[in-house]
Amino acid sequence: MSSGLFIAVFLACAVEAVEATTIVLAAGTARDWRSALYGLGGGLVVLAAVTAALGPAITAIPLRYLRLVVGGLLLVFGLQWLRKAVLRASGHKALHDEAALYAEEVAEARRAATRQVGVVPDWYAFVLSFKGVVLEGLEVVFIAVTFGSNVHDVPLAAVAAVSAVVVVAVAGILIRAPLARVPENTMKWVVGIMLTSFGTFWGAEGAGARWPGSDAALLVLVPFYALVSLALVAALRPAGRPAASAVTSGS
Amino acid sequence: MRRLRTIGAFLYDFVIGDDWTVAAAVAIGLAITYAVSHTTVPVWWMVPAGVLVVLPLSLWRVIRRSGRA
Repeated sequence: MSSGLFIAVFLACAVEAVEATTIVLAAGTARDWRSALYGLGGGLVVLAAVTAALGPAITAIPLRYLRLVVGGLLLVFGLQWLRKAVLRASGHKALHDEAALYAEEVAEARRAATRQVGVVPDWYAFVLSFKGVVLEGLEVVFIAVTFGSNVHDVPLAAVAAVSAVVVVAVAGILIRAPLARVPENTMKWVVGIMLTSFGTFWGAEGAGARWPGSDAALLVLVPFYALVSLALVAALRPAGRPAASAVTSGS
Repeated sequence: MRRLRTIGAFLYDFVIGDDWTVAAAVAIGLAITYAVSHTTVPVWWMVPAGVLVVLPLSLWRVIRRSGRA
């Protein structure tokens, strides 16, 4: 269970961190680095405050109800991620392209006017960076806190989350370009499977189910959902189209 | 008021996402599982079975919509 928790939280955090990094890089490159970094710092402070408030509140809920509610929410998140991954892999939705998104963000940022507010030299760059970090980070905070609470191992979930953010941030700083080589579409597919599996397991358990084999049922649920999603990709791919890449390769 | 509406829209998008029927199906599936768990029938299979129905239906709806557009 611990390795599954670590992998799920690490991948979910890495995917969101890649998207946040793209936005901060766009704000810094096209506008003003100082304002973008202020926005990044402000966003991280807000996320830390949300984590500090959400963590104790969630751990105070009795485990059965926690698993029911959190399992249900993770299942909803997981099905959304999985649905998008299947649509991308079967060619019904464009693959997530970090380089194209970066170019769009940069072009939009260059069009906006500059306005100094207090110590922030460029308010647009600050807001763009701040919003990117907070919006991409909230789901990560929720996943990390709920996964950690459910297995009574918030520190492990926190280590997974922070490691992912550090790895992605360092990579972003080093190359100063969007992390287009990260196999983001594949990672999103894996995260969708993990969230759906854990959501199913905890949601059903919270609703009163007793899983055959207890925790070992997760070892069946994960490959089961992987096979289901691959079968759906095969079924939905238009005839004559070559194997799409969201599930089998990077973006 | 506008700010409240923005927060509400954000929360809806964050929790429910772009297909409310998936969230509704998950809630109904868990409620049925909870109700049946009070009987002697094993219920562990109900949620995975529900996913097998909900995921293809949700995909089919998206593809049908995009085909119309």
